[in-house]
Amino acid sequence: MSKKYHIETSPVPPRCARVGKYGIVDWREDCARCHNCVKKACVYDRHRQELEYIRNLNEVDALFFDCMGCFSCVQECTKGLLSLSRNPVYERMGNTYWTPDIIHTTWLQAESAKIPVSGAGYRGRFSGPGFDSMWTDMSEIVRPTRDGIHGREYISTSVDIGRKPAFLTFDVGESSTTMGTIVDNPMPLIIDMMPSEYSLPTLEPAILAAAKNTELIALIDARQWPQLCETAMPYLKHIAFYLENGAALIEPEILKQTRLVEISDGNDVVKRIADIKNIHPQIVVAVRVELTSHGIERAIKLGQMDIEVIHLVADLNGNEIGTDTPRFLKDMVRHIHNALIEKGHRDEVTLIAGGGIALAEHMAKGIICGADLVSINLPLLVGLECHLCKRCEPGMSCPAKLDNVETDYCVGRMTNLIAAWHGQLTEVMGAMGMREIRRLRGEVGRAMFYEDLEEQIFGKLFGSRKPA
Amino acid sequence: MANFSVPENQLKELLPAQTMATRVPQYQCDRTVRPAPPRYRNEISKYIIRRSDQCIRCGKCAAICPQQVHIRKPGYEYFAEGRYHACIGPSCENTDNYCVAKCPQGALEITENPMIEALGDYRWPSDMILATWKMAESGDVPPAEYGYEYEYGDSGGGFDKLRLKFPKTPAVVLGLDEIDTSLELNRRDDGRPRIKIDVPWYGGGMSFGSVSNTTQLAKARAAVAWNTFTCTGEGGYMERLRPYDDHVITQVATGLFGVREETIQRVPIVEFKYAQGAKPGLGGHLLGDKNTISVSRMREAVKGISLFSPFPFHSVYSIEDHMKHIDWIKHINRRALVSTKVSTPTDVDMVAVGSYYAGTHIIHIDGGYGGTGAAPDIAKKNIAMPIEYAIPKVHGFLEAEGVRDGITLIASGGIRNPYDVAKAIALGADGVVIGTAELIALGCVRCTRCESGRGCPRSIATTDAELAPQMDLDWATQRVVNLYNAWRKELVCILGKLGLRSVKELRGRTDLLLHMDYTSGKEQS
Repeated sequence: MSKKYHIETSPVPPRCARVGKYGIVDWREDCARCHNCVKKACVYDRHRQELEYIRNLNEVDALFFDCMGCFSCVQECTKGLLSLSRNPVYERMGNTYWTPDIIHTTWLQAESAKIPVSGAGYRGRFSGPGFDSMWTDMSEIVRPTRDGIHGREYISTSVDIGRKPAFLTFDVGESSTTMGTIVDNPMPLIIDMMPSEYSLPTLEPAILAAAKNTELIALIDARQWPQLCETAMPYLKHIAFYLENGAALIEPEILKQTRLVEISDGNDVVKRIADIKNIHPQIVVAVRVELTSHGIERAIKLGQMDIEVIHLVADLNGNEIGTDTPRFLKDMVRHIHNALIEKGHRDEVTLIAGGGIALAEHMAKGIICGADLVSINLPLLVGLECHLCKRCEPGMSCPAKLDNVETDYCVGRMTNLIAAWHGQLTEVMGAMGMREIRRLRGEVGRAMFYEDLEEQIFGKLFGSRKPA
Repeated sequence: MANFSVPENQLKELLPAQTMATRVPQYQCDRTVRPAPPRYRNEISKYIIRRSDQCIRCGKCAAICPQQVHIRKPGYEYFAEGRYHACIGPSCENTDNYCVAKCPQGALEITENPMIEALGDYRWPSDMILATWKMAESGDVPPAEYGYEYEYGDSGGGFDKLRLKFPKTPAVVLGLDEIDTSLELNRRDDGRPRIKIDVPWYGGGMSFGSVSNTTQLAKARAAVAWNTFTCTGEGGYMERLRPYDDHVITQVATGLFGVREETIQRVPIVEFKYAQGAKPGLGGHLLGDKNTISVSRMREAVKGISLFSPFPFHSVYSIEDHMKHIDWIKHINRRALVSTKVSTPTDVDMVAVGSYYAGTHIIHIDGGYGGTGAAPDIAKKNIAMPIEYAIPKVHGFLEAEGVRDGITLIASGGIRNPYDVAKAIALGADGVVIGTAELIALGCVRCTRCESGRGCPRSIATTDAELAPQMDLDWATQRVVNLYNAWRKELVCILGKLGLRSVKELRGRTDLLLHMDYTSGKEQS
């Protein structure tokens, strides 16, 4: 039996005080010194830890913001002096898409590499924009397509990047098909370049090491290669160079050691691909298509040309770029996927979807919508305790102190995060009764969409929906 | 006692008589409402009263407040921390007892408690939690003047967007005692007992391990008091539950913890749990820390090891296999009704019909946003459909197949208050199963920390030797009994306002519902 895909992880504690959702507000005037809060009420021992912290200010891992919000001390305080409040620092983190809850869960996953588990039912909204308007389906009894009994270790999350032949040809019993090169990626994920607005720090060496640990591929802008080449040489197998239009090609002997390369879109893509293939015939070439108002059209066109891989990139929040009423990544990917099926070209091209992939669930949902795999960048940065505050300019104070960060810490946190995502992907695939991630691509039968359910069920009962 | 309309000796099946026997004396518990005040020193309140230093301690506020919010202990000059949770807030202005107006010094001010922002979430907003506490305390829904908006949450869809359409005057004016809230659970004419419960809900499965002994027993006692049921969950059948056998559902889940022929024979209903709404497609999940000595003994497992139940039943891959399971239970216990608990995938309607033909009495659908002691976050939010969609889907399909009246449809996974009960029934369910609401009644604040370490800091969902005993069984029982009373009373009011004589008449009456996002709603409002 071949080796199972497994990511080695170990916990990597945070470097900064955690920003928790709740804080206990406590004004000590009139405190009876009964110690109920310290000794009895807090089962998490937070009050005592806070006292320790105050005694010894050198301790940086202050936990006192890490209140679990159980109200026990508030309700047990002899004098009713304590109150619980939402932490304003927590509420300020991120933005409307990258919510504080997303940032917080990413931190915990990067720390522990564990699947987040909690008690009580779902606390959030019924549905929402973007990926929150779909649910994955699950497999109950009587599912003829069910893969049968299997443990998580038998679920394959491996995907191929590159051209697969539509059919095999045989010549006197021997296969006469010439197979193109495909890159086997053990998880439907590649690491995209960090966006320029999040410029601190230079993470590439850590990203490459994490890519090696997780056996994934990371995109590196070829213009950075001169600065990187010394440290990055051992990771060439996990690098895919990104070649901007007009950028100089990487030296052939370097390029030949990589498996995937990505080029920017342009009128001369076919020629540029040919140039690259001339140097390294076995390389797989992806074309990066920004999902602007012409993005969908362009992607469908490229899909009908002889392009192996299309990397669709929405903005950081998963929205169409540069339009007033942007469509969301999931809808754009569905559109492109369906159009390519209709035109009979879907299986000739690999679609990578990026932008707005913030949680492990988005990976599964993106694939259900038609992508073969997804690309991420910001989650890895968030894994390093980043608040997404964009205070990255030199001289500004980064709350995560990322201007001075050790590589081991970065590699460990990124590896942990990817491992936690992998674990969650297998959980959700297990629930769906899917044994292979490749089979999930475009499998909208394993998903339910808010608009469809509303129309099919409530539409019948309550008439038509009011315009939004 | 559950109501067995067919005497046991008339059953025709060929099994020895002792398979039906209840072997220990059964506990009796009445449904009298008694005050069950909060167990914490400082109850969280919606309003607080600020007292400025203008106060001359004349004591007038304490004298006039009928809710006894202001406390000055005998012999003390200064006021103690008030019972703010009893304060009815600014609406008191319309009464003669408004302390703010009556204070000769103008020293008092009522404001909303800023702390309630930290309580609750979209599905259970703070008002709904506080109102549930009030119901558990007093046995009645909080009077309107408290201003609790507990009928719906802020989730922005499903129950929270549905409203009951009350006519200006009901078609028939009914006395409250004329309205029937009972629910018959066996609709198959198969000679098995025609069990009837007095309220259209029963308690959901919570295992020993996920919750404490006290929590389980309090639920069981309330089930006795209200002639309904509670369910063991999948953690085995505690010996201490035996005096409640007649009101217990034995759950047979994939882990088969503590499932024996004998525990199946004790009870009037046996439930197969195929899936759970919070984690459809995944098995049960008890993290190692909560697997204490007593739990491990109960589950016949090793202490401290995380216990995962497999998914699915590895002996069931078709409706025929499912039927085999049901036959097995029916054979072992000849008075038992069988319930099948499933989650809500897109083909839940097919599953329900299949289950009917396999011989189940109750089809219990648990929606995608259901409660849990521990579930991966990715599962809680993303797998299977919310119950609001599943109920009409299943109800409609069962009707179309012509089998609707042969099966009892029970819904769960987000039933939070009597309005949700009414809405679920109007969408097509016969009754509901509740879980989280009972825990809220016991003082849960939904901090979501049920799963880890020593478990629940509020002593509800824990088996920790120090934490669990902090909740008193009699108090807990009374809280749940009171909650049931408040729900039933409100449900009767709802039915009365709709002019319906019974819960049965409400089933499937989607014409009595409106959805705020749909145009037909506009016409009605």
